[in-house]
Amino acid sequence: MTAGGWIIMILSVGAVATLFSWCLYKVLTTPEESEKIHGFEIDTPDIDPE
Amino acid sequence: MIAYFISLLVIGLPICWAEWSLGRLGGKNGFNSSPGILGFVTQKASFRYLGVIGVTIPVVIYMYYVYIEAWCLGYAVNFLSGNMEFQSASEAGDFWGGFIGMGANGDALGFGLTEVGGFLFVVFILNFYLIYRGLSKGIEWFCKYAMPTLIALAVIILIRVLTLGAPDADNPENSVINGLGFMWNPNKVVMFERSVTDGAEAWNAIAGQEFVGEASIAAATAKASADPNLELRTITMWSQLANPQLWLAAAGQIFFSLSVGFGVIITYSSYLRRKDDVVLSGLAATSTNEFCEVGLGGLTTLPAGYAYLGVAGVAGAGTFGLGFNVLPMVFSEMPAGNFFGFAFFFLLFLAAVTSSLSMLQPGIAFLEEALKINRKQSVAILGAFTALGCGFVVYFSEGVKALDTIDFWVTNLLMVVLATVQIIAFAWIIGVDKGFKEVHKGAAIRIPAIFKFIMKYLSPVFLITIFLAWFFTSVLGYNLSGGPKQYSSYIIDLFIEPNPVAIMSVGVVLLTIAFVSIVTYNGRFSKTENNQEDSP
Repeated sequence: MTAGGWIIMILSVGAVATLFSWCLYKVLTTPEESEKIHGFEIDTPDIDPE
Repeated sequence: MIAYFISLLVIGLPICWAEWSLGRLGGKNGFNSSPGILGFVTQKASFRYLGVIGVTIPVVIYMYYVYIEAWCLGYAVNFLSGNMEFQSASEAGDFWGGFIGMGANGDALGFGLTEVGGFLFVVFILNFYLIYRGLSKGIEWFCKYAMPTLIALAVIILIRVLTLGAPDADNPENSVINGLGFMWNPNKVVMFERSVTDGAEAWNAIAGQEFVGEASIAAATAKASADPNLELRTITMWSQLANPQLWLAAAGQIFFSLSVGFGVIITYSSYLRRKDDVVLSGLAATSTNEFCEVGLGGLTTLPAGYAYLGVAGVAGAGTFGLGFNVLPMVFSEMPAGNFFGFAFFFLLFLAAVTSSLSMLQPGIAFLEEALKINRKQSVAILGAFTALGCGFVVYFSEGVKALDTIDFWVTNLLMVVLATVQIIAFAWIIGVDKGFKEVHKGAAIRIPAIFKFIMKYLSPVFLITIFLAWFFTSVLGYNLSGGPKQYSSYIIDLFIEPNPVAIMSVGVVLLTIAFVSIVTYNGRFSKTENNQEDSP
C-alpha cells in the first residue's frame, strides 16, 4: 500500500467514525431526542386489528 | 472512495433528507405510498405516475433479495452442521456456486442442506407470516440487541482479517496489506494490451490485471518489456475520477446502502409524527451505515478477498459473491470458526429479514391506498406477485443471470430516475426554502445552508449528468475517451446477442411497472384525516 493509500484510508475511516460518534453523542445528549428519532419501525399503523 | 464520499455529500444526504421530508409531509395528509405522496406534495398527476417507480423498485428488489437472504440462512445452518470447513478458496467458491445453483437453471431448487431451495421456501414463508400477522415488532425488538452484536462480531472478524498476512505461502503477494492497497491506493497500475481492428490501433486494459506491491509490479514490468503488445500504465486518481462509470457505481452504491432513491424511506417516513426529527434520524442512519460499510466491511471483505483469491478473483467475483466466497475462509482461520461463522451469518440473516420486510411495506401501503383494501388483502396480492417473480429469479440461477440483470437495470436506471424525481420535487416544485422549513420541523440540528445550493442545483445536475453518461456509454456504447464503441454485456444480452433469460428479466421489471401503473391509473388516492399523531 502506498502512502497515498494510507492517507485516504485513514481519512475515510476517521471521517465516518467521527460522524457516527457525533451522531450517537447528539442522540444521547439531546433532551427527549430518543422519542423523536426513528428508523424503519416495521410495525406500521396499518396493521389490521385481530 | 473519493467518488463515493462526494456522492454521499451531493446525492446521499440531500436525497435522504428530501425523501424523509416528502414522506412526512405526505403522511400528514394521509398518503403513505410513493405515487400518493409525490402526487400530493407536487399537486401534479405526472409525479403520481413517476411515483410508480418508488413502488416498483422495492417490489422487484424483494424478488431477488429473499434469494440472498436465504443464502445467509443456509450458510448459518451449514456452519452449525460443520459443512463449511474448506481447505482452499476454490473449495469455498465451489460450495457457493453449488449452493445457489450457479451451474444450470433449476439447480437452485434443490431442498438439501447444501442447496438453497429449502432455505428460500422457509425465508419466503417467514417474511409473509411476520408481515401478515404483524409480528415483526418481535423481530425489531430482537434486532435492537442483535445488530450491536453483529457489529461486535464484525470487529472481531476485522481484527482476524487484518492479521491474516499472506495466507497462501505460494503467493506471498496476495496479502492483506496489498489487498488494502488494491482498495485504497489512489493510483492504479494496470496492464494494457494492444489490439488492431480495421487498421485502427487501440490499447485496452486487461480485466483482472491490476498490480499492487513492489514484487508484482516488478514482474509485470518485466513481462510488459518483453512483449510489444503489452504496456504497464499508471492510471492516476484524476483520470479515474474522469470516468463516468466510476461515478455511476459510486451513486448506485450510495442508493443501495442508504436506501435512498429506493421507495422505502418515503413510505416509512409517512408514518412519522409532525415533530419527529427527520434531520438527525437521516444523518444518524446514514452515519451508522457508513461506519459499518467503510470502517468495517470495507476493511474486511475486499482485503480478505484479495488475500485468498488475488486480484483476478476479486475482480471476477461480482457484487454479491465475494463475501460468501471469502468469509468462510476467514472463519476457517479462526478458533471456534464454525460458531463465529454461524453467528455472523445468522445475525446477517436477521438484519436481512428486517430489510426485506421493509421492502414489502411500500407495495402494501400502495395497494391499500389505491384499491382501498385492508392490509391482509394487500399482503395476499403482493405475496402472490412477488412469489412469481422470486420463482423466476431463483429458477434462472445459471450464472445468476436473472438476478444480475434485474439488479443492473433497477440500480442504474430506476433508482437514479426516482432520486432525480424526488430531489426535483423537493427543491424545485415545493421550493428549497419551503422544503428547508418543512425538513427542520422538530429537528435538533440544522442542515448547513450550503445544502440549499447543493439540493437545488448540484444534486439534480449530478444525477442527470451521470444518467446521461451512463446512457451514452453503457446503453449506446460510446467510449468517452475516444475509442471504438463498446456495448455493456447487459445491452448485448438484450439487443445484439439476445439472451432469453436477460430479456425475460427485463420483462419482469416492465411487467411490475405496468401493473403498478394500471393500479395507479384506476386508484382512488384521496386526502384523508391526519393519522400521524398516534403513529409511532
